[in-house]
Amino acid sequence: MLSGADLAALQVTLRLALITTLILLLLGTPLAWWLARSRAWFRPVVEAVVALPLVLPPTVLGFYLLILLGPEGALGGLVTALGGRPLAFTFSGLVIGSVLYSLPFVVQPLQTAFSTLDRRLLEASATLRAPPFDRFVSVVVPLSRSGFITAAVLGFAHTVGEFGVVLMIGGNIPGETQVLSIAIYDHVEALEYTSAHWLAGGLLLLSFLLLLTVYLVNRRWSVAHP
Amino acid sequence: MTLSARFRIARGAFVLEVDLELPGEGVTALFGPSGCGKTTLLRAIAGLESCHCGRLKVGHQVWQERGHCLPTHRRAVGYVFQEANLFPHLSVRGNLEYGWKRAPAAERRISFDQVVVLLGLEPLLERRIRGLSGGERQRVAIARALLASPRLLLMDEPLAALDEASRESLLESLERLRGTLAIPMLYVTHSQREVGRLADHLVLMEAGRIRASGPVEELLTRTDLPLARAADAEAVIEAEVAGRDERYHLLRLRFGGGEFLVPEAGRRVEGRVRLRILARDVALALERPRATSVLNVFPAVVESLASVNDAQVVVRLAVEGGGHVLSRITRRSADALGIAPGLRLFAQVKSVALMG
Repeated sequence: MLSGADLAALQVTLRLALITTLILLLLGTPLAWWLARSRAWFRPVVEAVVALPLVLPPTVLGFYLLILLGPEGALGGLVTALGGRPLAFTFSGLVIGSVLYSLPFVVQPLQTAFSTLDRRLLEASATLRAPPFDRFVSVVVPLSRSGFITAAVLGFAHTVGEFGVVLMIGGNIPGETQVLSIAIYDHVEALEYTSAHWLAGGLLLLSFLLLLTVYLVNRRWSVAHP
Repeated sequence: MTLSARFRIARGAFVLEVDLELPGEGVTALFGPSGCGKTTLLRAIAGLESCHCGRLKVGHQVWQERGHCLPTHRRAVGYVFQEANLFPHLSVRGNLEYGWKRAPAAERRISFDQVVVLLGLEPLLERRIRGLSGGERQRVAIARALLASPRLLLMDEPLAALDEASRESLLESLERLRGTLAIPMLYVTHSQREVGRLADHLVLMEAGRIRASGPVEELLTRTDLPLARAADAEAVIEAEVAGRDERYHLLRLRFGGGEFLVPEAGRRVEGRVRLRILARDVALALERPRATSVLNVFPAVVESLASVNDAQVVVRLAVEGGGHVLSRITRRSADALGIAPGLRLFAQVKSVALMG
């Protein structure tokens, strides 16, 4: 069964995924809104940057983050100068890495939902005295519900499953930065196949259930709104 | 309250360039062929077109001018779109309450129940939008716009997407609104029939410009404008119910030029009414006809005429005492009678449509 270290890894993983997802929904929503509506010439540049984590080996992203977040790096140096702990090999560093790594999984479903939204409904709500943020909350959010659910679930699941970035910038500190995927790697290296099975099987099941949620939600939505 | 608008909006090859003064009451129709810019003008007034393109003043309030542009949600306009554009995630009631809740209580001029009754929406209130017919949707959309308590109601061809039966029933609702509410309306249409039935003031548009603007009685009958030359050209005359002929079941309708006698047909009308007279229902005679079945004969003066096609002309007549009518006759008759501006003759009106 699960050891104390395994449970700690599980807890770190869930906490990381939850925080990352929340931050991504907060940052990703305005970004996706802008991407869906903007006609700026540099929009494709931003889109490409957002999509980079989809194609980049996680080690590459992790490598640059390590440099950026380390005591000599731009961000890490700034935090150290302000009296904080260096970000590399900390939970905060992991959150930053995960946010970047899972960004496209949150932004893209939201962008799709926003760009398929009927703009005339927003015009209608403007003529009904709703100011911009009110229009967003009362019209865009409810009509993009499936996009938000998909974005949240994919962001969460993808963060749970990350490995390379964590290994590069988080290290492997139990209770602080050791997440499930790395705990599994440790078990395999130590030839503890039973423990590895428990964790791997658990992750497999969790990922499957999360994805199933996405597809069920989308199906219900498309049936309800032909 | 008057509305003055000056816009210049370029969209590729199309340019809308207008300078308009409109009355702040009654129904103003923006009429013209598809693509003439009437929808763009309406959207500009609502603030839905990109700004910095003109000047707009409603009453004493400047909505838009150089460096200043009131956003749509602060303009207090109601907008009825061609496609109803209802919120699919809300019920009918939710749609109606959307603008109602956002209108400051002090600005509300009409009660929720009043609007619901006026548009016959009680049985629909708890329904989802999905299950509504086109006509029902449009009625909800009109009610939703009214409940936001607008100072100006803008309608963009609200009947265009409907079938004939729902169109007629909605047109009747609009006539009722026109009679009941004091909200000025701007009504975009390319249907001459809707102009005749609803409009008090008419703005004629062509290729992004204003061709003419004036009272509907005047513009419908101007032979230099396309309306008078259309197949279903008509004139409108405002009249008042003066009484009824009990023996023959006729209504007596008084206007500046005399009295019309119109079959009651079971109607109970009072007060002011609008008469619509088709150009093809008016015949001309040089002398007062003595033995004729036509009841409504008025002395009139020819003001102008224009040819409609190879065989027919349309004649604009000033009825002595007030009002204009059109008469559509053959060129042969026109020549035989020597029709020319200034000629005095008698207009025989064979049929009158009556609107309460």
